[in-house]
Amino acid sequence: MTARPPIPAHPHLGVRVAYRLQRALRPNAGWRWFSAIVEASGPARAAFTGAERLVKAEVFGCRMCGQCALPVTGYVCPMGCPKELRNGPCGGVGPDGSCEVYPALRCVWVDAYERAASQGRAADLRLLHRPADNRRWGQSSWLNYWQGRDEGLWTSGLGEAGELPGADS
Amino acid sequence: MSLRERLASGSFAVTAEISPPRGASTDPITKTATLLRGWVDAVNVTDNQGSNVRLASWAGSLAVLAAGLEPVMQMTCRDRNRIALQSDLLGASALGIRSILVMTGDHPKFGDHPGAKPVFDLDSVQLLWTLRTMRDQAVLLSGRTLDPAPSAGCFLGAVENPFAPPVEFRADRLGKKVEAGAQFVQTQFVFDVPAFGRWMAQVRDLGLPERCAILAGVGAVRSLRALDYMREKVPGVYVPDEVYRRLRAVPADRTAAEGVRLAAEIVEQVRGIPGVAGVHLLVAGNEQAVPGILDGAGLGVGNDGR
Repeated sequence: MTARPPIPAHPHLGVRVAYRLQRALRPNAGWRWFSAIVEASGPARAAFTGAERLVKAEVFGCRMCGQCALPVTGYVCPMGCPKELRNGPCGGVGPDGSCEVYPALRCVWVDAYERAASQGRAADLRLLHRPADNRRWGQSSWLNYWQGRDEGLWTSGLGEAGELPGADS
Repeated sequence: MSLRERLASGSFAVTAEISPPRGASTDPITKTATLLRGWVDAVNVTDNQGSNVRLASWAGSLAVLAAGLEPVMQMTCRDRNRIALQSDLLGASALGIRSILVMTGDHPKFGDHPGAKPVFDLDSVQLLWTLRTMRDQAVLLSGRTLDPAPSAGCFLGAVENPFAPPVEFRADRLGKKVEAGAQFVQTQFVFDVPAFGRWMAQVRDLGLPERCAILAGVGAVRSLRALDYMREKVPGVYVPDEVYRRLRAVPADRTAAEGVRLAAEIVEQVRGIPGVAGVHLLVAGNEQAVPGILDGAGLGVGNDGR
């Protein structure tokens, strides 16, 4: 989808700090107002998206899928999985926790589980992630998040109906 | 009796695996299906196993059906996007294929076309969820309605590897698949029965055996070369040292027989674990081992063990 292939990346940000930041970045009236202002102007939006790209590429190996799962994956990016599994890990993980495709690298889901579990957040990994919307590549996921466009990315259960409101609908 | 009915009745089920040929003929599949008929309840037809091009799993499944045996059509997320995957379910259901096994699939890097574009548009959980929604809600992922929906008899399966890290999360991962729609699961090769038993204890704690039939994957080792290949080249297969030593200890001409004996012992052992509904024999290319394994485990034809 993007020029950069998916390669597992270990985040350069401690998981405790990441969860603390998560609280500060949670959508509220202030962030909604700020993101609406940024979105209103083409250049502001481009500059903000560019800054997000730089920061998140450095810290998380972000590839700008535009629909960030980091808050529920121990801040390890699942789009770095060579299979881009958002409900990982796959069954090919090596006995030492290595990625089957890049044996010298650690499976992002092994990393995610350990980081989330260390903070009592292992249950996050039980969430069901809906299929990614491939139209969102290159967009700012922070703006999408603050504008409430990310609300359906995952769910804790399907309920009676088991419906799957898709990204394509 | 269909696989679904067999599992619903609570009697021990046996499935096996067929790997379609690299060629434009279903004859080898028909031959193997005829050999296995009467011994197993259904056979999986693999989907370009190991990322190597083979005859399509839907075509192989039709050949199995024509040979009088129930196919389990495998579907991976590696080669098709959500449009093609949904379309394939419609086609399979229309032509009488009922049991469908969903998996992520090996990465193309491991196959005969390592330069192929990996698709992975959906993952296995999302694909199960999609197929279930198509069957039960008669809608596509897009929300558009289906007329008619895939058969209500469509029986959705998943795979899981109880031995791969993070081991503590593997039962939960099966739980996700069950939540998404898995009605049965076939596991990766079980060589380490105590480790499998620990996973099953977690699976029971989550109440999964009541919602999803669990079939333990059991394979027969044919030769030391095959064992080495499995240990070194097949992602996610864990062979404990005891097993390796046991198979090395017999003369080379008796390795296959010892492999069958070992498989029969594992079948008997996993059968004794509460919540195990059946076994899945991972014998692609070695299907002639099936009668020996089942006879050895007391599950052969005419045996009322099942």
